[in-house]
Amino acid sequence: MADKLRATQQLEQLQARYVGTGHADTTKFEWTSNLHRDTYSSYIGHPPLLEYMALGTGTPMAKLKTALIEKMIQPVGKPPERED
Amino acid sequence: MSGGSNMFMYSLSIVQPSAVTQAILGSFSGKKQQEIVVAQGSRLCLLRPDASQGKVHEVLTHDVFGIIRSMAAFRLAGSSKDYIIIGTDSGRITILEYQPNLNKFNRLHLETFGKSGSRRVIPGQYLACDPKGRACLIASIEKNKLVYVLNRNAQAELTISSPLEAHRPHCLVFSLVALDVGYENPLFAALEVDYGESDQDPTGQAYEEIEKMLVYYELDLGLNHVVRKWSDPVDRTANMLFQVPGGADGPSGVLVCAEDCIYYRHVGQAAWRVPIPRRKGATEDPNRKRVIVAGVMHKMRGAFFFLLQSEDGDLFKVTLDYEDQGVQRIRIKYFDTVPIATSLCILKSGFLFVASETGNRHFYQFEKLGDDDEETEFNSDDFSSDPLDSYQPIYFIPRPPENLSLVEAIPSMNPLVDCKVVNLTDEDAPQIYTVCGAGGRSTFRILKHGLETTEIVASELPGVPTAVWTTKLTNEDEYDAYIILSFTNGTLVLSIGETVEEVTDTGFLSSAPTLAVQQLGDDGLLQVHPKGIRHIHHDKRVNEWPAPQHRTIVAATTNSRQVAVALSSGEIVYFEMDSDGQLAEYEEKKEMTGTVTCLSLGDVPEGRLRSSFLAVGCDDSTVRILSLEPDSTLESKSVQALTSAPSALQIMSMPDSASETSKSSTLYLHIGLYSGVYLRTVLDTVTGELTDTRTRFLGPKPVKISQVVAQGQPSVLALSSRPWLGYTDHRGQYMLTPLTYAPLEWGWTFSSEQCPEGMVGIQGQNLRIFTIEKLTDNLQQEMIPLTYTPRKFSKHPLFPIFYTIEADANTLSPETKKILWDKTNPNQEMQLHDPQEFGYPRVDGHWASCISVVDPLAKEVLQKIEMTENEAACSIAIAPFTSQDDQHFLCIGTSKNLTFTPRSHDGGFIHVYSFSEDGRSLEFIHKTKTDEPPLALLPFQGRLLAGAGKTLRIYDLGMKQLLRKAQAEVAPNLIMGLQTQGSRIIVSDIQESITYCVYKHADNKIIPFADDTIPRWTTATTMLDYETVAGGDKFGNLWITRCPKKASEESDEDPAGGHLLHERAYLQGTPNRLELMCHFYTQDIPTSIQKAQLVAGGRETIVWSGLQGTVGLMVPFVSREDVDFFRDLEGHMRNEDPPLAGRDHLAYRSYYVPVKGIVDGDLCERFSLLSRDKKQMIAGELDRSVREVERKIADMRSRVAY
Repeated sequence: MADKLRATQQLEQLQARYVGTGHADTTKFEWTSNLHRDTYSSYIGHPPLLEYMALGTGTPMAKLKTALIEKMIQPVGKPPERED
Repeated sequence: MSGGSNMFMYSLSIVQPSAVTQAILGSFSGKKQQEIVVAQGSRLCLLRPDASQGKVHEVLTHDVFGIIRSMAAFRLAGSSKDYIIIGTDSGRITILEYQPNLNKFNRLHLETFGKSGSRRVIPGQYLACDPKGRACLIASIEKNKLVYVLNRNAQAELTISSPLEAHRPHCLVFSLVALDVGYENPLFAALEVDYGESDQDPTGQAYEEIEKMLVYYELDLGLNHVVRKWSDPVDRTANMLFQVPGGADGPSGVLVCAEDCIYYRHVGQAAWRVPIPRRKGATEDPNRKRVIVAGVMHKMRGAFFFLLQSEDGDLFKVTLDYEDQGVQRIRIKYFDTVPIATSLCILKSGFLFVASETGNRHFYQFEKLGDDDEETEFNSDDFSSDPLDSYQPIYFIPRPPENLSLVEAIPSMNPLVDCKVVNLTDEDAPQIYTVCGAGGRSTFRILKHGLETTEIVASELPGVPTAVWTTKLTNEDEYDAYIILSFTNGTLVLSIGETVEEVTDTGFLSSAPTLAVQQLGDDGLLQVHPKGIRHIHHDKRVNEWPAPQHRTIVAATTNSRQVAVALSSGEIVYFEMDSDGQLAEYEEKKEMTGTVTCLSLGDVPEGRLRSSFLAVGCDDSTVRILSLEPDSTLESKSVQALTSAPSALQIMSMPDSASETSKSSTLYLHIGLYSGVYLRTVLDTVTGELTDTRTRFLGPKPVKISQVVAQGQPSVLALSSRPWLGYTDHRGQYMLTPLTYAPLEWGWTFSSEQCPEGMVGIQGQNLRIFTIEKLTDNLQQEMIPLTYTPRKFSKHPLFPIFYTIEADANTLSPETKKILWDKTNPNQEMQLHDPQEFGYPRVDGHWASCISVVDPLAKEVLQKIEMTENEAACSIAIAPFTSQDDQHFLCIGTSKNLTFTPRSHDGGFIHVYSFSEDGRSLEFIHKTKTDEPPLALLPFQGRLLAGAGKTLRIYDLGMKQLLRKAQAEVAPNLIMGLQTQGSRIIVSDIQESITYCVYKHADNKIIPFADDTIPRWTTATTMLDYETVAGGDKFGNLWITRCPKKASEESDEDPAGGHLLHERAYLQGTPNRLELMCHFYTQDIPTSIQKAQLVAGGRETIVWSGLQGTVGLMVPFVSREDVDFFRDLEGHMRNEDPPLAGRDHLAYRSYYVPVKGIVDGDLCERFSLLSRDKKQMIAGELDRSVREVERKIADMRSRVAY
């Protein structure tokens, strides 16, 4: 029992430290939101990738960067109704 | 063995990336002079602006092998030196200092705080430093913020604390700055959005009500703790913050830039707002709101101002009126227009450095500060500070620059969209042709290998001289006084002064040609002519040594104390200056076996009486080294056999990174041969042995060699069919680079007051004097301006003409512009601003696109065809059609009404044009509609292959349109590129790597038979051979894949393809899988990849170009031994020279997929920069000498590239 408790605690710690660490009850919404947020932040964090997209869409990089962070707020639309 | 792979490549870059992620300003050398540090891809680069010349010099480039995301400069109180903090993808904070004496970056601190990689919650994206240098905050996009306290210890060394956390979950950061609060507790301001609630609210109301907050974080230095001090909602569209000076200099606080507005905000103070002026003009949308994309604050003599740049590139000068109670108003007015920047830096010396987002970086000088001009100034009095209140937009009319004048444009190929290596000028080496830039600043560039020269004088002479020298009059003179020209029948002496004039009373014999000229001893001059030697004393007394009867002097060499001449009989006569300044002949003559062709003495080493060696070149293809020491005069020391007779010799000492003692120079013997080969060998100063010979073919003409000075270092001017310069480059390696200059017959050094480091040369009947300004750039760029952002280009298969396709999203086409113009200005000629400076009028959803016909030799655009009806060109191919007797046609794929995220369009077209006037002009034939835009076109077996969406089609040319002949769905998402050999077609998908297909002529079927195991977002591919494909992807990887031999053979066995068609699919893909041969992370996104030979006589390599302006190579290894050697060396380099920013090199090169089969040459080349001990240690481990290791590294590059 103590082992199980420790495992849970460790998992919780991981989840607190690394945003997006999953758990048994991760919903599709949480998972996809995470995925999209990671993706957008990766676009911003890799300058060539940001430039590639800025060039394709004809937007300045600074503006595109703001738009991408803005998308991170709600990347996959509204959360689903909770069933309880 | 690395997974059984037997393909090994050596990666090298020949052009560094030039996209600036960020530029920071500071006094990094610790002197008064301000310097700029720019992050270019993985490179950290120190630029030193020269205010007197108005130029920017690149001082140092350092590859940190990591992604530099943010930088900040800071200075500890009371210090005069700025340090550099960099935030990278290493999960560590790095503090660097620049050491000017060693010219290198030195890492002071490296503190780990998180995982490596560019992650969402690992800090590194934002970095802000307290203006007083007491603390810095490093933050990630989401959640994490760490504050480090910076201080100094008793030894005045910089110290860094352990991090203080200021994390906040569900919190996204848009911008981060440090506030200027004087010496109060350091404050940091962040623009944040909390998405915690909106993630829980299914009604979407919380999302609607989200507020953007301006948050202050205070570092309490007493409690050593960070608190969230203040937060207040700001405009929802806010995107950027700027620090407002505080303490004694200003009111403190921040400027919050949002869409269309700029606010002033500070805790406990009133808010102010002023709109961002919009452009006024016939073609401008009056409702379009601008955002600020870059800006800079500048403090001077108690005042300060901001230059903020809008997304059109317009700079606005923003000033604040403030009193003791705080800010009273914001003033804004239009300043000038410069290219859109990622960073702006204002130098105290009155210059503005614009790190442009695309194209050349600009260096401007301030003419004035826009203080008293006609420009309307707007202020915040007329506008409510509440973001929700409506207001009247304000307008300005853009005008040519008044306040700034451009003094230098630093070439940058970023973004490099496409590249081709072709030899169109019939030179010995091919040129690199690229299309780069964006919008109105797009260019077609031609890159040629060579050093830039600046011509000072080119004047015609009365006859054709055979040689030229310059000489000083006395030993103490700083500059040369005479130019001596030798003609076949006489000698002409010119004096150097205000004007260059002929002088006759110099004591030089003018009736005979000259063989050598020398300033001898303290104040004597020496002329060697075929009949004798004239020693001219300063009082014009002449001592003449006549050549023995029936013999003439055929070769001569001199230095300030020694003279050696070779007689036609093969004898060598040696003279040395005695104690009373007279030339004394050594009584014995040395008899050589053959005719002497050339001689060299070399300079007298400092503190010595003589040079100890004489090099003698004979026509029996040998070079002999004779001793000149008193006890062994003219004794032979060593012999070197050559492949051809030597035409020139030069003994000189040059800096050498492999020399035994650090920072010293080594004696070299440079040998030029009649066959055009140049050799450089090390001359042992004790034994006279010749070792470590390096050879290079310069051109078909005999090589002439002379010693010159370039950028303060001794260099070699080697002349063949082209002039070449041998010098030591910034990596400490010896480089041999051609000069972009006329071919010279003779060259010599030249030094005058106006031109202290020049060279003089003879070209035909002309005397030319020139200098070399820069040794850092060995590729010269020439530019042809293009209209819009280039997308792809293609060369005519027969003629030296290029066709580029260009397209700009959200930009008005000329057609629409004309309509808009006519609405407001009927019956007037359309006059719009120059798009190169002001960009194009922008409206969402519109496309501007064109095809340009470019003549790279005449450097002009011959024809431009604008696309109409909102079509944008996206692919190009020049295809010969069998049905039209193999006549070539230009095929252009276009998309109609294309929009992104989500992608939508109204289909596409393939336009067909015919060529006329040898490809110099195009004629439209017809266009064919396709249901999806054709993103890839390729000539294929006398027809046209087009990839539209997922389908691959074969078209033939019809009278009215293209005729569809075959089609197949071969790609999972979107076909981006096509390659072919025989019946095999390589299809690259936007997301799912490449698929090998085969076209079965009998069945008229296209059958995919092999695909890849990894989803690669392919950007460029090329076929290396029938089975192998090299490609690059959007995430910056280069890879080589190969089709299994069996699958490859089977695909071609059955002419009908029945077997292939019915083969069972494997894991929902094709029946076969490709094997990965090589993989390498480059960081830059490959935009083109091809097999090419870059230097004359060099091997073929893989040349790739990257979006950020990189041009790189993949060089196949020749022998197994080399592979082992370089892999060992790479391993040692990883340990001995770990990347500066703390990223593990192996992990970096394995960013997405473990690196395979590729050795990083850029890392290996850093070997020459290591300390002597480390070099010796590594060389010892490799069982070689340091010189051998350096030679191997240098050979790897010089064999294939520059």
